[in-house]
Amino acid sequence: MTLRRILLAAAAVGILVLLVGFGLAWRPAIAPVAANAAVNTDRKTIDHGAELAAIGNCADCHTAANGPAYAGGRPVPTPFGTIYASNLTPDVDTGIGSWSEEAFKRAMRDGVDREGRQLYPAFPYDHFTHATDEDIRALYAFLMSKPAVRNIVPANELDFPFNFRPIVAGWKLLFLHRNALDPDPNKSAEWNRGRYLVEGLGHCGSCHTPRNALGGEKKDSAYAGGAAEGWNAPALNASLVTAHKWTADQLAEYLSTGWHKLHGAAAGPMADVAKNLGRASQDDVRAIATYIASLSPGTEAAKAAIPAGGKVLTDQPADVVAIYNGACAKCHNDRHDVGPSQAVSLAYSTAVRQPESANAVRVVMHGIEAYRTDGGPYMPAFAGTLTDEQIASVVEYVRARYTDQPQWTDVKSQIAKARQEGAQP
Amino acid sequence: MKVSLRVNGKSQEIDVADPSTPLLYVLRDNLGLHGPRFGCGLGQCGACMVHVDGRATFSCVLPVTAVGDRAVTTLEGLMEGGKPNKLQQAFIDEEAAQCGYCISGMVMQAQALLNKKPNPTDDEIRRHMEPNLCRCGTHAAIMRAIKRAAVA
Amino acid sequence: MNVHLKPSRRDILKGTGALVVAFSLANRSDAFAQEAAAAGKPVTLDQVDTFLAIDDKGMVTVYSGKVDLGTGIRIGIQQIVAEELDVPLANVTTIEGDTTLTPDQGPTYGSQTIQMGGMQIRQAAATARSALLDQAAQRLGAAKDDLAVAEGVITAKSGGGRVTYAELIGGKSFMLKVDPAAQAKNPADYKIVGKPIPRRDIPEKLTGTFTYMQDFRVPGMLHGSVIRPPAIGATLQSVDESSIEDVPGVVKVVRDGNFLAVVTETEWAAVRAARELKATWSKSETLPDQAKLWEHVRSTKIVTDDVTSNIGDSAAAMATDGKKIKATYDFAIHTHGSIGPSCAVAEFKDGKLTCWSASQATHNLRKQLAMMMKMPDADVRCIYVDGAGCYGRNGHEDAAADATLLAKIMDKPVRVQWSRADEHGWDPKGPPTLIDLRANIDASGNVTAWESEFFIPQGAAGMVDLVAATLSDRPVVGKLAPGGIVNDSAIGYKFPNIKTVCHRLETTPFRPSWIRTPGRMQNTFANESFLDEIAAALKADPLELRVKYTDPADKRGLEVLDRLAKIAKWEKRASPRKDIKGNVVTGRGVSYVKYELVRTYVGVVADVEVDRTSGDVRVPKVYVVHDCGQIINPNGVRAQIEGNVIQTVSRTMKEEITFDRGMVTSLDWASYPILRFSELPELVIELIDRPTEKPWGAGEPTAALIPSAISNAIFDATGARVRSVPFKPEKVRAALRSI
Ligand code: FES
Ligand code: FES
Repeated sequence: MTLRRILLAAAAVGILVLLVGFGLAWRPAIAPVAANAAVNTDRKTIDHGAELAAIGNCADCHTAANGPAYAGGRPVPTPFGTIYASNLTPDVDTGIGSWSEEAFKRAMRDGVDREGRQLYPAFPYDHFTHATDEDIRALYAFLMSKPAVRNIVPANELDFPFNFRPIVAGWKLLFLHRNALDPDPNKSAEWNRGRYLVEGLGHCGSCHTPRNALGGEKKDSAYAGGAAEGWNAPALNASLVTAHKWTADQLAEYLSTGWHKLHGAAAGPMADVAKNLGRASQDDVRAIATYIASLSPGTEAAKAAIPAGGKVLTDQPADVVAIYNGACAKCHNDRHDVGPSQAVSLAYSTAVRQPESANAVRVVMHGIEAYRTDGGPYMPAFAGTLTDEQIASVVEYVRARYTDQPQWTDVKSQIAKARQEGAQP
Repeated sequence: MKVSLRVNGKSQEIDVADPSTPLLYVLRDNLGLHGPRFGCGLGQCGACMVHVDGRATFSCVLPVTAVGDRAVTTLEGLMEGGKPNKLQQAFIDEEAAQCGYCISGMVMQAQALLNKKPNPTDDEIRRHMEPNLCRCGTHAAIMRAIKRAAVA
Repeated sequence: MNVHLKPSRRDILKGTGALVVAFSLANRSDAFAQEAAAAGKPVTLDQVDTFLAIDDKGMVTVYSGKVDLGTGIRIGIQQIVAEELDVPLANVTTIEGDTTLTPDQGPTYGSQTIQMGGMQIRQAAATARSALLDQAAQRLGAAKDDLAVAEGVITAKSGGGRVTYAELIGGKSFMLKVDPAAQAKNPADYKIVGKPIPRRDIPEKLTGTFTYMQDFRVPGMLHGSVIRPPAIGATLQSVDESSIEDVPGVVKVVRDGNFLAVVTETEWAAVRAARELKATWSKSETLPDQAKLWEHVRSTKIVTDDVTSNIGDSAAAMATDGKKIKATYDFAIHTHGSIGPSCAVAEFKDGKLTCWSASQATHNLRKQLAMMMKMPDADVRCIYVDGAGCYGRNGHEDAAADATLLAKIMDKPVRVQWSRADEHGWDPKGPPTLIDLRANIDASGNVTAWESEFFIPQGAAGMVDLVAATLSDRPVVGKLAPGGIVNDSAIGYKFPNIKTVCHRLETTPFRPSWIRTPGRMQNTFANESFLDEIAAALKADPLELRVKYTDPADKRGLEVLDRLAKIAKWEKRASPRKDIKGNVVTGRGVSYVKYELVRTYVGVVADVEVDRTSGDVRVPKVYVVHDCGQIINPNGVRAQIEGNVIQTVSRTMKEEITFDRGMVTSLDWASYPILRFSELPELVIELIDRPTEKPWGAGEPTAALIPSAISNAIFDATGARVRSVPFKPEKVRAALRSI
């Protein structure tokens, strides 16, 4: 155990002691509903639920790799161990088939399952708690309309004391704020709708807001940028360094297609988000875009202009330039502002401008395959094509040629990390 | 410039005018191999697939100078004693080719799977073959061929 | 222009050296060796020598104007000839699509290769056999009908001498007219036709010994790549040659009007130079707003109306009371999407042009190249070399024109390999098709009237103008040639009043051409889907309705429908199904056609799985019953049917080019996705072989049925009707929301 882990454990145990005192952790079970209980089959409600589920990105956490949709079992790595997403299909024994709408609502609002057990906050009820009754009803109707899949999810693998559920109640004391979001009368209806979705079901902060040692979102630095599965979740506030300032229109296009020609493609976990938003109500996507754009107010800041073709570098080793010309420039060619596979000029790429190389390295190694069957941005994975040294050198070359940012120092370690996360076979 | 390359077990020195030349063109034009094919040059279709150190790789986006001492195997290199190997023979027996332009890449991709997993399920085959495109609609015959080689 | 002399040159020649050997082994493309053989050889359709030669070893060479586009017809033709002549199949080889050596049997399209081309060759072989038997009768002093032929050896059944074809004709020509009356062999005696004989090219294709057009090289050849305008109709304003100074191997930047190209020593140099050359073009916006494509099509000027059927008085019948049904269907613009981009090599020798390409119509290509270069047809030779599947008139002819222009300018052989963007962006497209349908059902549930209007570009099959000729402002035919797209606008069902009209439009957004099942696919999609809308209105079983309105005398058609019901375990009921619940629902749809009302019969049943909230549709299984008469090679027919189904599921579910006001924007597989292994349906195919009937085509008919079978299945599963190809999830979602 690292020193950090020891401190955490200590803190947790402390809270635990308090809790047991207050008996806070105890919640009653909610009676199971019969398997054949009448469920809402109104198509409008179900379709609405489907669109909300898309905004909540539910399917991606609750579907195992190549597993049936919503049947759970996907491992979610946390600093405290691995949690396995639960089965959301209406299977009575292994899914939520015995859950009443009440029980479902309590899980969404309070992070407590039907039997009354505390749910770990990997399930972002600290956001979902803001969802309205109507929206929760629609989500419930949608999930209940899915085919029931019998799938027993593996038990979580958490270290002591985190494997002791009641301590979660302590976590909630600190980080679960049930207050509803009252509309801001000075803002447009669209903005308010956007805030409701972003802060609530969209739970954008879970990735884009940094977390503290206990895994809570640092509200004081909301949207300052966080992490997701090794990838970097860029800041959504003014601290983000981009070639072009995001506008609401650009965000709306990016969120629903996974791509914008002045910013690049949504890759890694964000690709799933974009794919889902493509299926959501496009009015809602616009609202989300409007709210997120408002997080970084102001207009395009003047910045050292990088030509679309990048700087002319004379001091680069020939073999690295060869890799760039033979592998990268096939799509990231500078004759058109958009190359094949919807490759953008690297001078515009957000990944290339971020303070860490996490995303640049991962996109080179893992590529972008999320949109392959439906069409959209694509990039082949180079993890198996180029050696680590070659990847490192070309990533650094791109950073030097296409940005005015300081050279990265973390490229090699990021490559090593990405390899562990399991690059392409 | 001179590049030394190990292709189908044979090491050779090759002159390339441009170090950024993708392996695909060197295999086809300098070494006269017809297995690897040009389909898109973008890593999108798999027509150019070869094995680099046993791994199915798009040779169209791999600059020849980046290959280094890694072993390159093409469709030709799968032959055993001048005869088609088990997988190639299975494709022949199933007549799993219409125009056949995609087939070299299909074989290289499938071989990489069978090397790791001699008896894959249908699902595993489909998933593994996902990167490779065929326009003639030979997919069904290709599946039959891969399964034939797997059980054979 | 900057010429680099560098060590690479030696090496390139070494490289090409190896390849030259490779291709001269592949005799079908060894032009020079054939030049001699060509001397005096006729190519007119009435001569036996046009089609056949038997050498002194008894080896038979078939000269076919129809070419094997990867469809396996080569072995089929060889089977036909070996069968008619009674020679070992192994002794038969084919030369295809060489304008000097082979007859003009028309382009290889329309699923007619065996049906037309093969039958011309069969007749020539029958004539040859009969003539050889006459000679043998004399030689052996035996009666002609006492003679038997086996393995190219003629013997008298009553004993006595023997003589071989080689001895009779070896190396000499027949000097015979093809005799239309010559008795072809009795199918009862077939030994080779009808057998699943393996194709010879497949082992070569599996071992890298096959020579595709893309592998073809000639000595001293340069590589060319064309830089296309960023928008259709844009004019070239300036070129900055210095932008490719540091690309090794550039020989010349060629500029001829708006035709801009680089010529280089290596293929990669051509790719890089074309990618990096900086040029400025004028702005050009010739295309409609894609979001308003169908309004555009509907409002395009109509130049003629082709009435493709007019039975009874449909207008009057529509006017009588009864239940009126109407619907509008549309079918998106598709690209051929060959996996191997088009490629060609051209060479000028003492004023004569030789052009190697994978063109499906070398005789037409010859005329077009001659026209473009203002030279006599006789001085142009086009030779077919197998390429990647083209499925119609794709870019091969245009690559040939690019190569020809560059070979002329460079006075050296030039090879042009199109890029992926060239192929997706500049191959001619399957035109957008818009269809209105109306029907009237009387009180007793009879369909009394059927009316349809098709909004499709004018023109027929013919010559699609060459991009290079247009860009360099050289002569072109200047006519739209979308293919025979009026076919299957008329229907075979026995309704009392029918009127089907094709409104031929003056223009269409892109240079049109035929893509597999041109017109027939779009038209049958509308017809066979709308028929199911009628069935639904009648609460009738869709398959039964087809039987009900099929001519009772049409036994073969009825048998197809009957066997289809059996293999698909078709349960009689109306669509949509009653028990629709849950998110993921399943259904099945039927479709049927007698191709062009006169040939191949096909019936298809498709199963679908629809997610009612996402609109995702899967096609897990497709059943096909197929009657193309006499089957020459069942493996070949099966492969064609599988290809038809899989390719068309892709076109139906996924495919649609995208464009802005200037140009196609779907220039690769990322923006124009096609079917992948995960989406592959299971196929159940039943072939009906009729050895005593005419052989009909199998290369297209099945494809005509796939879009309607799937649309009907989606309706059966959900009660929602999708009338717009492709059936993308958002369209299916919209259809689901609208019920
Ligand atoms: S040619 Fe390499 S992937 Fe298409
Ligand atoms: S067989 Fe023609 S592309 Fe696959």
